[in-house]
Amino acid sequence: MEYKTLTELSKELTTKKISSVELTQFFLERIKSFDKKLNSFITVTEDHALQMAKQADEQRAKGEAGRLTGIPFAQKDIFCTRGIKTTCGSKILDNFISPYDATVVKRFNDAGAVLLGKTNMDEFAMGSSNENSYYGPVKNPWDLERVPGGSSGGSAAAVAAYLTPGATGTDTGGSIRQPAALCGISGIKPTYGRVSRYGMIAFASSLDQGGPMARTAEDLALLLQTMSGFDEHDSTSVDKPVPDYLKTLNDPIKGLRIGLPKEFFNQGLDSEISKIIHDAVREYEKLGATVKEISLPNTELSIPAYYVIAPAECSSNLARFDGVRYGYRCDNPKDLEDLYKRSRSEGFGNEVKRRIMIGTYALSAGYYDAYYLKAQKIRGLIRDDFMKAFNEVDVILGPTSPTPAFKLGEKMNDPVSMYLSDIYTIAVNLAGLPAMSIPAGFTKGLPIGMHLIGNLFDEERLLKVAHNYQKVTDWHTKIPEGF
Amino acid sequence: MSLTAADVKKIAHLARLNMSEADIALYTPQLSNILAFVEHMNQADTSHIDPIANPLDLSQRLRKDVVTEKNERDQFQAIAPEVQVGLYLVPKVIEDE
Repeated sequence: MEYKTLTELSKELTTKKISSVELTQFFLERIKSFDKKLNSFITVTEDHALQMAKQADEQRAKGEAGRLTGIPFAQKDIFCTRGIKTTCGSKILDNFISPYDATVVKRFNDAGAVLLGKTNMDEFAMGSSNENSYYGPVKNPWDLERVPGGSSGGSAAAVAAYLTPGATGTDTGGSIRQPAALCGISGIKPTYGRVSRYGMIAFASSLDQGGPMARTAEDLALLLQTMSGFDEHDSTSVDKPVPDYLKTLNDPIKGLRIGLPKEFFNQGLDSEISKIIHDAVREYEKLGATVKEISLPNTELSIPAYYVIAPAECSSNLARFDGVRYGYRCDNPKDLEDLYKRSRSEGFGNEVKRRIMIGTYALSAGYYDAYYLKAQKIRGLIRDDFMKAFNEVDVILGPTSPTPAFKLGEKMNDPVSMYLSDIYTIAVNLAGLPAMSIPAGFTKGLPIGMHLIGNLFDEERLLKVAHNYQKVTDWHTKIPEGF
Repeated sequence: MSLTAADVKKIAHLARLNMSEADIALYTPQLSNILAFVEHMNQADTSHIDPIANPLDLSQRLRKDVVTEKNERDQFQAIAPEVQVGLYLVPKVIEDE
């Protein structure tokens, strides 16, 4: 069963070539053998997993199995799991046992997927390198001295090293796509409102969106199908039918109109990556797509706008961590203010504190118009750029990240340079669009991701476009040496 | 925008964060750099643009005003730092006479 995709494993379970208990044991063993090197899991739920696997096998014996019944799976530790520690990568939630399941978790449980554990992440999903986790950095399986990307770095590294066939991620400014690119796997950030945010610990509520990470677009289609759909518990969930993503996956893409934004291929882009992306474009031309240059003129403004909106919303969301109702509380508080201040200061890491302070400043009296309102208007400009582009093309294609995985520690003391590594992904969140990253090649042994951006609710087309590429290439099948 | 140490102290208080002098020395230039970077926004003319709060331009959905939650107080309080007879305990807020 080594290195089979999630879809292939699902078939093996259906044809009874293997049981869920055997499959679960296989992945638990791999986690035990390899995760010391990677640190991709915060919690491994071994007993719970074996019990779920046993139930899945019983269900299958009764003929009640679905496509995910008995499939081992990992959840990013931002999703609340009832009775299981949910930390969000933070000391402030180190003792937090969630009293309820996130809707996404519930949907995977209902589908019979087996929870292997909770994956490591940047604290409160704030970061692009996974170095901001209270539980230590995650290592990139392609080079243990390099970062896996972030914030869903644990999920990306675990899938890349085949410690799980799939996992969830969340994407506020690129946190699914950038780690997928840096670890050589596939990941999709759906349209804002497509996947429920209920029980997904909030960072920036107008940008956050959960999505799946796996080896192939076919696997993503199956997982997204399970995750998507209306949820009355999420007030921004969109009540719109979910298409059958698997049904159209194999449809040809002849006549597809691809746009290459010239702003994605400027001097900031590594020349090797540029070449790899252009090779991928040629594959698409062979498949019958037409390609034209387009412009997204306000791309550069996306990062400054994001670093107002995301911190502002985070400062408001993270106000709930007060040391009173749950989570970390400081020792011997002398009064209520001391309780708040020390619990928060001792519980949050540096990047989280920086963002809370930027957000607090931007929302403080007298500054709202200059920062938050201005950023929301830039958001309007960015969306208009995309809408204009989608009048001319069906999908937008480019690199996911301007560089391959960088070295651990390289950008830790310079927040702004870390922020710039998300230049291609952030605008997508500001506009609420769906987008994905799939493997497109290697440079110096490190994987490179191709970024595909679709119009609102166009996940079906994105998955089809990605799957067509994966049928004629094999970048998505590569496994890092030593795993 | 360049922040002073006094600005950072004030922001930290508003955010209910404790800052040592060493923290303030670390954060003051970092936050100033981030704000200077953020001010690139001012290059753009947005006078003709409406601000976006929800990327789909949807407004918050309302639900019927009925009770849907069940009482799970004991379960929620089981994970609280300190509770007594169903109440969350915090240091005394009102001073003695």
